[in-house]
Amino acid sequence: MTAELTGRLPELFDGLKVTLGLTGVSLAWGLPAGLLLALLSSSRRRAVSWPAIAVVEAGRGIPVVVALQFLYYGLPGAGIRLDAVPTVWLAIGFSVAAYSSEIIRAALQSVAEGQREAALALALSRTDTLRYVVLPQALRVALPPLLGLAVQMFQATSLAFAVSVPELTGRAYAIGSATFLYVEVLTIAGIFYALVTLPVIRLVAALERRSGAPAAAPRTKGLPA
Amino acid sequence: MDLFTAIVRGVPLTLGITAASFTLGALLALPLAAGLRARHRAARIPVRLVVDVVRGIPILVWLFLLYFGLSVGAFRLDAVQAAVLTLGGVSAAYLAETYRGAVAAVDRGQWEASRALALPRAAAFATVIAPQAARIALPTATTFALTLLKDSSIPSVIGVTEVAFRTVEQARSTGQGLPAYGVAVALYIVISVPVALLSRYLDHRLRKKVAR
Repeated sequence: MTAELTGRLPELFDGLKVTLGLTGVSLAWGLPAGLLLALLSSSRRRAVSWPAIAVVEAGRGIPVVVALQFLYYGLPGAGIRLDAVPTVWLAIGFSVAAYSSEIIRAALQSVAEGQREAALALALSRTDTLRYVVLPQALRVALPPLLGLAVQMFQATSLAFAVSVPELTGRAYAIGSATFLYVEVLTIAGIFYALVTLPVIRLVAALERRSGAPAAAPRTKGLPA
Repeated sequence: MDLFTAIVRGVPLTLGITAASFTLGALLALPLAAGLRARHRAARIPVRLVVDVVRGIPILVWLFLLYFGLSVGAFRLDAVQAAVLTLGGVSAAYLAETYRGAVAAVDRGQWEASRALALPRAAAFATVIAPQAARIALPTATTFALTLLKDSSIPSVIGVTEVAFRTVEQARSTGQGLPAYGVAVALYIVISVPVALLSRYLDHRLRKKVAR
């Protein structure tokens, strides 16, 4: 590695921190929103379930690049101006919410009916049934695919490049175009990403093996977008 | 109307990139899946590593690497070639994992029954296991194709003039973002619905042909 690149390594580290921050905030609001959407979309009342399903389908159907640019370049036309970083939080978090709601919904359905019946027989309230009986079991089922989703979204933050947020990929690109050492700097960035993602990818595989979940389960279950 | 036609002109490229990279990925995934199932660790571990590394690094990073990095002598990839190679390679890794999982999900009894009928392993795989695995893999592969359709918007950042690229272009030149993005979203949905329906139809057909 040339001295030129060694000197710029701290910039890439800062980029990784930005990437982790974007991922963290997106997951922090996206996952609870996904749980909420999962509960709403499995409601028996259509007035509740249909809007939730529409939100989920929009979140899964719109490419992140398009969502980012819509929020960043499109909304100012309607008088709403967002900074680049909140734009990424919104766009990626929206994706997290949509995809995780499908994962959580499938997990809720996987909890045996007898569990609800038993809770009913014990006169547990609906909220208590959900909180103490159904959710703990569902979340255990949902954990591996949710971790997989987190890995996907961590990588999706690289698309923040489209709205010029200086995260890892954006910085690598900038250093590449300044030094023409594209291959070297992008390889280092790739290694940074892999150092975060590979352990999680292996963990997901191990969790799936242990729970005996079908390895062919779709990455994102439910109706196609 | 101008805005609409300008964006629609990106559809062939969006479809072409998606179809080409899905085909490339579906084929490349076959040897990779075989590697993931290899009995010898010396064969299995390197393939596992390749598949995980490809899946663990963002598509945009691979795209930049291929587009800016891959030049042999005077040879250089153009933006569309880089897009197809990148998305095809990434698809290969995801689909290899899908194929592997689907083959593993076929009941062990099917292998045992094939042996009891004195079918050679290769014949058992081709005539008994593979058709059932294909049915198991199909919904995942279709979901992946729809993901790929959306990922085909990523190469817009290196100037591939597909739907997303033309949308930004129109949003900027007309100064009106909302209509442009409305058209783009409608187009992506219009394209993905037939794919979803086709998959459901194929699934239905296969369900009839291959009992479970």
